[in-house]
This record gives sequence, C-alpha cells and structure tokens, in this order.
Amino acid sequence: MYKVLHRKSLKDSVTQIDVYAPLVANKAKPGQFIILRVDEDGERIPLTVAGTNKEEGTVKIIFQIVGATTEKLNHVMEGEFIADFVGPLGNPTETEGLKKVCIVGGGVGCAIALPLAQAFHEQGSNVTSIVGFRNKDLIILEDEFKAASDNMIMMTDDGSYGRKGLVTEPLKELLSSGEKFDMIIAIGPLIMMKFVVLTAKEFNAPITVSMNPIMIDGTGMCGGCRVKLIKDGKAVTKFACVDGPDFNGYEIDFDSSMERAVTYKEYEKHAYDEACNLFKKEVV
Amino acid sequence: MALNPKKHEMPTQDPKVRAGNFKEVALGYTAEIAVEEAERCLNCKNRPCVEACPVNIHIPEFISLMKEKKFEEAYQEISKTSALPAVCGRVCPQEKQCESKCTMGIKMEPVGIGRLERFAADYHNENCKEAPKKPVSNGHKVAIIGSGPAGLTCAGDLARNGYEVTIFEALHKAGGVLVYGIPEFRLPKTIVQKEIDNLIAMGVDVQTNVVIGRTLTIDELFNQGYEAVFVGSGAGLPNFLNIPGEDLKGVYSANEYLTRTNLMKAYANDSTTPIIKADKVCVVGGGNVAMDAARCAKRLGASHVYIVYRRSMEELPARKEEVEHAEEEGIEFKLLNNPVEIIGYENKDDKRDPRNGDVIAIKCVKMELGEPDASGRRKPIPVPGSEFEIPVDVVIVATGTSPNPLIKSTTPGLNVNDHGCLIVDENTMTTRKGVFAGGDAVTGAATVISAMGAGKQAASAIMNFIEKK
Repeated sequence: MYKVLHRKSLKDSVTQIDVYAPLVANKAKPGQFIILRVDEDGERIPLTVAGTNKEEGTVKIIFQIVGATTEKLNHVMEGEFIADFVGPLGNPTETEGLKKVCIVGGGVGCAIALPLAQAFHEQGSNVTSIVGFRNKDLIILEDEFKAASDNMIMMTDDGSYGRKGLVTEPLKELLSSGEKFDMIIAIGPLIMMKFVVLTAKEFNAPITVSMNPIMIDGTGMCGGCRVKLIKDGKAVTKFACVDGPDFNGYEIDFDSSMERAVTYKEYEKHAYDEACNLFKKEVV
Repeated sequence: MALNPKKHEMPTQDPKVRAGNFKEVALGYTAEIAVEEAERCLNCKNRPCVEACPVNIHIPEFISLMKEKKFEEAYQEISKTSALPAVCGRVCPQEKQCESKCTMGIKMEPVGIGRLERFAADYHNENCKEAPKKPVSNGHKVAIIGSGPAGLTCAGDLARNGYEVTIFEALHKAGGVLVYGIPEFRLPKTIVQKEIDNLIAMGVDVQTNVVIGRTLTIDELFNQGYEAVFVGSGAGLPNFLNIPGEDLKGVYSANEYLTRTNLMKAYANDSTTPIIKADKVCVVGGGNVAMDAARCAKRLGASHVYIVYRRSMEELPARKEEVEHAEEEGIEFKLLNNPVEIIGYENKDDKRDPRNGDVIAIKCVKMELGEPDASGRRKPIPVPGSEFEIPVDVVIVATGTSPNPLIKSTTPGLNVNDHGCLIVDENTMTTRKGVFAGGDAVTGAATVISAMGAGKQAASAIMNFIEKK
C-alpha cells in the first residue's frame, strides 16, 4: 500500500497528489512514468511523473479525471492509501548537451512538460515554453512554468487568457524568425503532437514527442503499448515502455496511435459513468 | 490381476459446459482411481522416469506410497525435490518427460505420473492446514528477480536451507506466468497463491512492484548486502508478425490478452478491466500459449475461434492434451495457413468514424510442406495465388517472445547471446560474478518445469558459491 501524503485540487478535473514511494522517488527522472492501481482488482494505469521529493520520499502525480480509474483516484484523500505504485518506468528524456530547447505542452500534458522545463532550466539551458489550454479555467502551473522558462508563451483555444490560438502558431513564428532549437519537445494530446511535428518539419527542426499509449505491465511484457514508427519508409514496431516513451517525432505514425488510443473508449465511458454513479450514491 | 493397458481417464468438465466458464477443466482423480492408477507402476529398477524429470522427482517412491494410500507421505516424497507439485501435476508436459520414458509405455500406455502427482498435491492442500516452518537462518542474503516458476523454485530451495531470500516482482502480484499467463481453467490461482504463501511462511520476503533495472539495479542489490542474485525474469517482449495491419485496434499479443483475462480478471462479471469481447477471434500460432488464448476467447463469448498455424497438426508444438481439449471446446483449427495481412475497417468519407481501425478480417495464404528445415520439421512453403480472408474482429498473436532488454542494459558485465538471452555457464552463473540466471530469460520461451529445473540448479550453485566465498 502506498500513502498519499499531500493532495491538492488544481482545477475541477485536475488533481495533484504526492505518493510516498521512496524507491521510486529516489530514481525517477523527467520523462519517466509510473503505473498505479487505486484498489485491489483495479485497472493498472500509466501516469507520468510530475516531480519528486527525495527527502520526503514522495512522487508527484498530476492527473485529469477522464475515466473510472482516475475518478476513483480523485476520491483518495490525504493520508489514505492506493494499492500499487510501481516505477520509474520508461527511459528518461535526453537532456544532455541540449543548450537551447523549446517545450510545447498541451492541457494536462503540461504537468509532464514542467519537470522537463525545470530540468533544462537547472542545467543552464535556454528554455522557451509554449503551453496551451482549451480555456482560462483549465490553466495549471502557470507560475511554475514562468519560473523555469526564459520565454513563456501562454495560449488558449478561445482566447480567454494569454494569446488566442493553437500552440503551433507561436512555434511557427519563432522558427520562421530564424530561432534554432537544439530540440523541440512536445507533450500533450496526440493530435497536438501530430501538428507540432508537422510545423517543425517545415523548418527541419529536431523534435521529440512523449507517447502515452495504453499499457498494462510497463516492463515490456504485454506489447499493448506498441507504437508504429516509419523508418526509411518501412513500418517498425516499438514499445513505449522499453523503447520510449520519447520518440523522434518524425518517425511516429500518429494516425495509427490515435486509432489505438480509443480502443476502449466506449468501455471507458460506461465504466466512468458507473464509477460516478457509485460515488454519487455514497454522497447521498 | 492383469494390468490395465490404459491410463485411467482424467475426469473433466463437459466440454459444452466448460467452454462457457473459467472453472478448472480437469477435475482430478478420486482416491480410488489414484490407487488403481498407482498399481500400474511396475516400480522398475532402472527408473527411467526420474532421469526424464527436470527436477528428478522420486517417482517410483511416491507412487509406491500411493499404492498404500499414504497420500500425505507421497506428497512429502515429491516435495523433497519439487517446490510446486500442485502446479507441475497440472501444467508439465509429462508425455514428453517422465511418462515418455515409462517402462509401461513400451507396450502399453505409460503410468499417469502427472495425474498422480496432482492427486497427492491436492490431497495435501485439502488436508494439511499446517504452514511449513521457518528454518533457522544462516545469515546469508540472496535476491531473486521474478516470481515465476524459476524464481519460486530457487527461493524455495534456498529458504529450506536457511538462506534469507527476497523475491522482487515487477507486477502487483507474485507468480509470474503462473498468474498472468496460464488461465484459471488450467491452473486455478488459489493453487499458485498457496505455494507462494508456503514460501512466505518459510521466511521468504516477496516484494511486489519492484522492477529490477528501474526501481533498483543489480549493483544496488549487492550494495544492500545480497551475496548472490538469481535472474528469473522470464521471456519478455512479445513477437509480432511484421505484416500490415498489426497496429489495428483488435490486435493483441497473447501476453496482453491473457494478462487482461487472467491477472486483471477480465473474465469476472464485475471486472473493470477492458477487453474486446469479440464474436470471431483468430489466434495465430500453435503452442500452448495459443491454445490458452483461444480457449479464453471462447469463454469470453466468441462464437468462432480459429487457430491459424502455418504447419500441420503433426508439427503443432502444443501439448496433445491441450489440443484435444481445445478441439472438444469447439476451437476451429485452420492449419497450413499463414497470415499475410490484417485488414481493418476504413470509412474513407468519415475519418472520425469510431469503427475506423477495427479489425474486420485476416488474410492468409495456404501453405504446403516441403523438405525438412534446420529444426528437422518440414518447411512450410506458400502456395502462390491461394490467398483468402477469414472475417474476424480480434487477432491474437501467439508466436513467441524475445528476451526483455531491461536487466541486461542496466547491469554492467552481463552478457547475452545473439538472441538476447542471458549467457550462463554450466553452473547457471552469468558472465557477472554472483549473478545467476535460469528459465526463459536464459533459454527463450520454454516450459514451467524446465524453468523450475533451472531454478533448482541455480539454488544449489548459489549455495555452493556462497559457502566457498
């Protein structure tokens, strides 16, 4: 059992928890993820590490309530326990030798992008962050991003805060104006990453994307997290848990990943409704 | 009394009934049948069966005790060399091991050694509630990576000899392939749990949710005072077919399909584990894992489950008993066929159609057998122009696994062969001093009992290594 030491609601549907898991806290690096189960017989879900506190032995997780399991997780209060917590999994993001980077985060993906921005900032790299949200009410971690960036650009789809538009627009402007980044790192919804890659491609700028496919064990056993890459015109199968989760953005077949990501959409919706009903009943 | 030329039949659940439930298929001998079957053993002097067993169970001895209805004593006799009798009695390929060498088998059917072993183990589990005692510690610490058959066997042998053993398991539950892979109807999970509980009673510490290579490294284990490490991390990454369409939504590796079904309990009515409940399922491959996946699919409600295998029934690597059980349950064998493409639904007018990317068919080519290849089996050759499609909604790929690179890549000095399998010497020691290995991590995908044999050999090598230090 793993104790939730701190819990903070960032937004209505976005929560941050610090879980006591000293072995994981000791090892986790930006870009890696963990797998947790809320309770016995629960689903195993992968979530990216949003930070660690080695002294306290905790791992920070920021999650959006999107399904039954995250709904259940949102009901675990400070001082309560979750059944399983394993990691760190996947390979850390490569930061060595990158002196000037652009981090593009979308939605709750920003929670994962932040520790990366911080890591680059700490090693003295020049960090440009472009963070996008649907609207003002969904914005998280703004101050933290500012503190870790030399240049931060806030975008909202509807213009209710920051600049109106998609994250690809300022990226395109920067690249057009002759900015050269050692690496662009995109973390967020698949559709966003797909278009960030297309934007980078116009300028032949190097880009890494962080994939978060469906997976079970996270150690290379189930093969569920396979990602289709196109290398030199040939399809190659890779596993996000052992080969990733970071991949060269130019090689990802995003359409394939987007189809696979919704494999259980109907099932999840049903399970989510059931979980919500259950909690409503408990409240009554 | 004349000897019965045939093995006593194993009572089983009716195929029509069992194809709709996950309860155990083989029900086990009654005491009467067990004694009668034991009577068939000639107790011959040269004991070829013992040699053919990877853990050298004292077979004639335990069967002699069963003739006298001394079932608990028979169990104790088996336990002298086997850590998991109730498991082996169910999943060992006895027909290729002990029973294949049985003297009775020369002219008649061999003695049903596996069935007798299972009876003795079940009798013990039923009647003996006493947990094993914790042996006096000798103060030596050993780490075991992986809680599958190799790791559990190695841990058991070391614990019995007073070693302080910690097992590190990556998943949330101990048991390895015995819990995530082999289905409930072939190996009930309560049986595996009982074996693990016994190890814990003997003082073995089981740490779940620890991935060696990520959470901790082998070097850190040595720093923590472990004097030796055994790697029994299993087979690893599932192989795919490298044909178009493998990234479609309804394509599973057998590992994933079985893990969702067994470990994550997708079969239970109240399960929260998603799995595509398909009407028509195609399993590609001919091994035991393919049979398990096919039979799970049937039990999850598929009306048609096909096994597509590129060779013929004769070359099918699965156990004969499993193939027979699958056939009885209505699994349809489409042999001498090789998949060339998995076809998905595509609505060209509507890219947002949720059915886009669903599997709708598998395209195969017919095969014929040519000259024997390197494996000695006749090589399947495609028949030109014979392509055809089978309409299916789910495809499960059960064509083996390749070793997991995680431990190798995080442990300096640990060498692997061309296939990525850990290299070990005749004493099961890897190229890194104090690190031993066995099971699928060394051999590639093999059987439970051969992994147990390796775990046993490693345990004795580890004891030797620590004593000589």
